[in-house]
Amino acid sequence: MIISVASGKGGTGKTTVATNLAVSIESDIQLLDCDVEEPNAHLFLNPVMEQKKTVYAPVPEIDETKCNFCKKCAQICRFKAIAIIKETVLTFPELCHSCGGCMAICPEKAITETGRELGVVEIGRRNHIGFVHGRLRVGEAMSPPLIREVRSHTRSDQPAIIDAPPGTSCPVIAAMRRTDFVLMVTEPTPFGLHDLKLAVEAVKLLGIPRGLVINRSDIGDDGVRAYAEKENLPVLMEIPFDRGIAEAYSKGKLVVEEMPEWNEPFRTLYLKIQEIVG
Amino acid sequence: MKELVVISGKGGTGKTSLMAAFASLAENKVMCDADVDAADLHLLMDPDIMEKHDFQGGGTAVIDPDRCTACGLCRDLCRFDAISENFEVDPIECEGCGVCVDFCPEDAIDFPVKTCGEWFISNTRFGSMVHARLGIAEENSGKLVTLVRQEAKKLAENTQSDLLITDGPPGVGCPVIASLGGAAAVLIVAEPTVSGLHDMERVAQLAAHFKVPGMVCVNKFDLNPDQTDAIENLARENNITTVGRIPFDPVFTEAMVKGQTVLEYAGNSKVRNTISEIWLRVKNKLAL
Repeated sequence: MIISVASGKGGTGKTTVATNLAVSIESDIQLLDCDVEEPNAHLFLNPVMEQKKTVYAPVPEIDETKCNFCKKCAQICRFKAIAIIKETVLTFPELCHSCGGCMAICPEKAITETGRELGVVEIGRRNHIGFVHGRLRVGEAMSPPLIREVRSHTRSDQPAIIDAPPGTSCPVIAAMRRTDFVLMVTEPTPFGLHDLKLAVEAVKLLGIPRGLVINRSDIGDDGVRAYAEKENLPVLMEIPFDRGIAEAYSKGKLVVEEMPEWNEPFRTLYLKIQEIVG
Repeated sequence: MKELVVISGKGGTGKTSLMAAFASLAENKVMCDADVDAADLHLLMDPDIMEKHDFQGGGTAVIDPDRCTACGLCRDLCRFDAISENFEVDPIECEGCGVCVDFCPEDAIDFPVKTCGEWFISNTRFGSMVHARLGIAEENSGKLVTLVRQEAKKLAENTQSDLLITDGPPGVGCPVIASLGGAAAVLIVAEPTVSGLHDMERVAQLAAHFKVPGMVCVNKFDLNPDQTDAIENLARENNITTVGRIPFDPVFTEAMVKGQTVLEYAGNSKVRNTISEIWLRVKNKLAL
């Protein structure tokens, strides 16, 4: 079973829910932090890192001794990553989407592929939790290929929790696709509700079962609850605002360790998800 | 005309609430919501939409089953696993590279341009605002960010505004990169947590990478004064100006529930002075 934790709006408590859920379950589980732009789960889990590898996206390299400047590569590229001016070929690797079209179309076989660094994937462990995360290179625009790389480390013999990035566009889709359940985390405020609605529409499009955690459940208004009821979106857990939780979070502490009474609610949350997924 | 982009790295630090408060203090400005993935500024600004335009993204491959001979070339070439065994394109997986379209020997693949969002020019009680809505699960958010910023810039120039104030997206990826180019400065809204510090450091590196001068303010600073110090120290080491600290205050959420900026909702509170002082420092830094 793969559970992705998503939210639409940032800062609603995705990482808090993902990390505490993973720690509260006492059997083997994986946690994959797919918020590669701003990965934070490691700050709370402090895993011992065992492996680190740099991930590259293939981008074209042109052998000008073979190139006859026919421009076919520039014409097929829809991302404007190749330009030919007279007898000079310019490539713009940061615009390349790695589709391989230029290489496939070149009649002179003058194009090979080299790599643009996307970032790194690190693999580690904390007790029963197998940990994987990606860290996008600062300055790199495209996170989905790195997210897919993180997910390629998902094991089939264990449940996994995916910490997804915020938003509703390609990075979050790459993190939620082909997961068995999306646990949505929101706060009951107008911003939280607005972005939750967008996220729910994205999850619907993917056809994945879903449930809701309402974080800081005693602030804001009733909009989120009314929406959840109308949408038949089950509210699986509520976490009230507690300055103690906020301060523990600020120090990188886990709620279930600082306040052990929270283990039970997180385990119950996991059981409820198991029940829904079946 | 100068553009100030408000970003945060980490989401949920109070970026939009603060940006709206600053916008309510700034004179002669245009507002832009460049967080097109999850745009929230309109919830505080109650915009009166004056102009509405479609946003065209790239193309998406569509295979015509009548012309397709199931030769399999498109499946071999597609690096995004977007074509099923029955030769149907999954529009969510399709990257829009068009390689299948160009290579199909039967000319059986169309490549219609998708409308993948909308953008608006609106009037608000604080002046004009340019904003957008990206379609659900769409790509090209960076392209839409670039578009709304261009339109906002045009509007600011045409109306002889002094300032364009832009609410940026979270993260450090494509939409954030698209929100930085050509900005006069960025204001980073950080929160004093281990995540807040970690994410602020990355977004500060990004601003430096694109040579945009940075400022930082720490929101909810009293939740963890040690982390607040750490953020401000990090800022100093990186030539980022610290412009102030804002205490944790439930009036931010209460104002949001009322659809107001925090200054409208809590006009006489201490928060007003704090935010006004920060805004003065930002203005000075921008030489407005």
